[in-house]
Amino acid sequence: MSTETGNRPETAEIPKAVSGPSSYLDERIGAGNFIRRNMRKVFPDHWSFLLGEIALYSFIILLLTGTFLTLWFKPSMGHVIYDGPYAPLRGVMMSEAYASSLHISFEVRGGLLIRQIHHWAALLFVAGMMAHMLRVFFTGAYRKPRELNWIIGVLLLTLALAEGLTGYSLPDDLLSGAGLRITQGVAISLPLVGTYVSFFLFGGEYPGEDVISRFYTLHVLLIPGILVALVTAHMVLMWVQKHSQQPGKGRTNMNVVGGPFFPSFALKAGSYFLFTFAILAGLGTFAQINPIWLFGPYTPADISAGSQPDFYMGFLEGSLRIMPAWEINVLGYTLPMSVIIPALLPLGLVMTGLALYPFIEQWVTGDRSEHHVVDRPRNNPHRTSIGMSAITFYGLLWLLGANDELAANFHISLFAITRFGQIAIIVGPILAYIITYRMCLGLQRKDAEVIGHGVESGVIKRLPHGEFIEVHVPPAEDIEAHMRGKTPIPALPDGSDEKGIPPKGMRGPLGRLRGRMSRTYGGEKIPMDQPHGDDHGAHEEIGEHEEHAAVGATGEGRSLDR
Amino acid sequence: MTRITARRRHPLARYAVLLLALALLGVGYAAFSPKSQSADAAIASGKVDDVKAGEELFKSHCLSCHGPEARGTADGPTLVGVGAAAVDFQMSSGRMPATTVGAQVPRKPLPAWVTQKKIDQIAAYVQSLGGGPTVPSKDQVDPAKGDPAKGGELFRANCISCHNWAGAGGALTQGKYAPNLNSSSPAQIYEAMITGPQAMPVFNDSTITPQQKRDMIAYIVSVREQTDPGGFGLGRIGPVTEGLVAWIVGIGGLVLAAIWITAKRRQAND
Repeated sequence: MSTETGNRPETAEIPKAVSGPSSYLDERIGAGNFIRRNMRKVFPDHWSFLLGEIALYSFIILLLTGTFLTLWFKPSMGHVIYDGPYAPLRGVMMSEAYASSLHISFEVRGGLLIRQIHHWAALLFVAGMMAHMLRVFFTGAYRKPRELNWIIGVLLLTLALAEGLTGYSLPDDLLSGAGLRITQGVAISLPLVGTYVSFFLFGGEYPGEDVISRFYTLHVLLIPGILVALVTAHMVLMWVQKHSQQPGKGRTNMNVVGGPFFPSFALKAGSYFLFTFAILAGLGTFAQINPIWLFGPYTPADISAGSQPDFYMGFLEGSLRIMPAWEINVLGYTLPMSVIIPALLPLGLVMTGLALYPFIEQWVTGDRSEHHVVDRPRNNPHRTSIGMSAITFYGLLWLLGANDELAANFHISLFAITRFGQIAIIVGPILAYIITYRMCLGLQRKDAEVIGHGVESGVIKRLPHGEFIEVHVPPAEDIEAHMRGKTPIPALPDGSDEKGIPPKGMRGPLGRLRGRMSRTYGGEKIPMDQPHGDDHGAHEEIGEHEEHAAVGATGEGRSLDR
Repeated sequence: MTRITARRRHPLARYAVLLLALALLGVGYAAFSPKSQSADAAIASGKVDDVKAGEELFKSHCLSCHGPEARGTADGPTLVGVGAAAVDFQMSSGRMPATTVGAQVPRKPLPAWVTQKKIDQIAAYVQSLGGGPTVPSKDQVDPAKGDPAKGGELFRANCISCHNWAGAGGALTQGKYAPNLNSSSPAQIYEAMITGPQAMPVFNDSTITPQQKRDMIAYIVSVREQTDPGGFGLGRIGPVTEGLVAWIVGIGGLVLAAIWITAKRRQAND
């Protein structure tokens, strides 16, 4: 463990592997200092800090496998008659895009493996981003100075969804065609501009002859280009701002406790890349994904039961499926609310909510200070509850996107599931909020109890008068430091003058709401070292403090003294 | 000649002509109608005994729901005119005799007494009641004689909206469902098309010709017998199981790996 304080890295003993090349480069391009400083950059150790790397490494694998696929893929909707080795499709009319995807799957050496790794990596890319984002959210790691990096992250997630959607459509199979049809349905449902947007996107009537080649350009050039730029910015900012750390022994807002980049963190990151690659290669080898040959070529006339998007689009599918039919006709124009609302509302709520959360929190708490030590989720109960109710909202929609598979495989009525979803999407997030809030407070009480009373040692002691007690000992030093890392959530000062007139920003309905939210959100709900209860009032030293054990005083029990 | 010419004006003549025309039409219809032909064929080909035996079986196993002479009751529909194909489909897949009344009668293992011979006898009896589609011949359902590619196109156009692209089945409204096709025999698939059991529509021979039906059977059989080229098929139901695997195996496995490589070394002394 080494400690980095401020901007001055510890330069005590630099490994030869670093000092050698850095002095070589220093003598030639004067970069020695830069390399020496950055190679010794300290990274804190916690498993959750590696979640974002799943996305990063999946992205690298996506770029490599994707390049392989472009060598054979033909982004064309020109019609061909299939003449390849897959017998059940021989002689069938299909697009060149689909035929070349079949060619990659069945004729190109290693093609199917690479295609499957590419698709699995796409799923892990988005899943890794989501897991990473939840870690950042629940620990409050998005707070100043990292708000901009958080915004970049939200942009990355949005672009990843677009990248996934375009990639999913490229093979032009029947399943992707269903997704494309929904995309077009959403585009054309937009008020006023819908028809134009749809005709612009598809180059005329759906499906037209253009959309695959257009999506191809977006999928292999434009979106990945922006993704690479944003990923780089994300990493540079993280590097420059230094990594946040969990509260713990010796960790403050002014330092980073962990291992140096070289050799310790570079080794861990390198091995984690290999883990990610191993999982992806394993899945690509053993688990079939997107078997386009089973779906058949796309024609707008066909649709299959069980048509689903990839998981990250599942929440949109679910919102569409539980939305009751609702259509408004105004002056001969139709507003298909049953498409507009489910397509735009959940996506807008989730993405806008994510992007704005750091700023809303700052507005509510009035907190303008820097944070490098993250929160434990329990220590900011309202944030954690908001996060959990968002997860419930998203998760329910996601689940209901698969309502037909649930109905078919678990023998539940489809209507019952849909009705359940319509109710649960309102009730679920509220329940999640309340339950999470109570759990957070309960966990905080547990922490306060551990700090106040110590932990059970398993040693039962018999007192001279016959009473049995269990000896409590203070918690381990690092655990106690971790718990004591809790700081009160900042709140706006009441600030009313002696006449009870609130300060300038707190007047009016919005200002009063802000004040009320701040008082609810902020503050210390369960103080750690506060005396509580009558007989524990005077604080003894923890080690000697003895709690009454459940074992009663039964006069003649044998002594259990050590 | 004059006699006929004279009678031609008789007040009853027009009725006589009408009767004659109707009789001709009726006889012509009876001669050319496929239904009566197959019903006659069943009896003509020495299956009358089957009809008798089938009637006895019907009385002991089917009558309680389908009523005397299969005229139907509140618990079961009439079987007059459903044909031998319907009986063969329902009984050989274990759906009939039904044990429970739900949204849909499920496929289940056959009861001990149900043998192909007894199914044939009950089928012959039901066929004798009012005709209907007959059991297809072996040749009609031979997957080897169909063209799977042509069948695939028809399958995608007509079947997968309920049965899924790989015949994995799917949900329908009101608790009904389109069953998985993996356990259906070629004959059952054919019979289902011509009889339209439960929620399924009828695909008669003018909608889909017998040759096309054989092509579709060839497709279904070739796809379900195919070894998944990409590894485990994950139920062939598409992105739902794929997403589940990505999260459980992918993220789950990588979280374990992360915990492993960031774990602190245990202190040597306690």
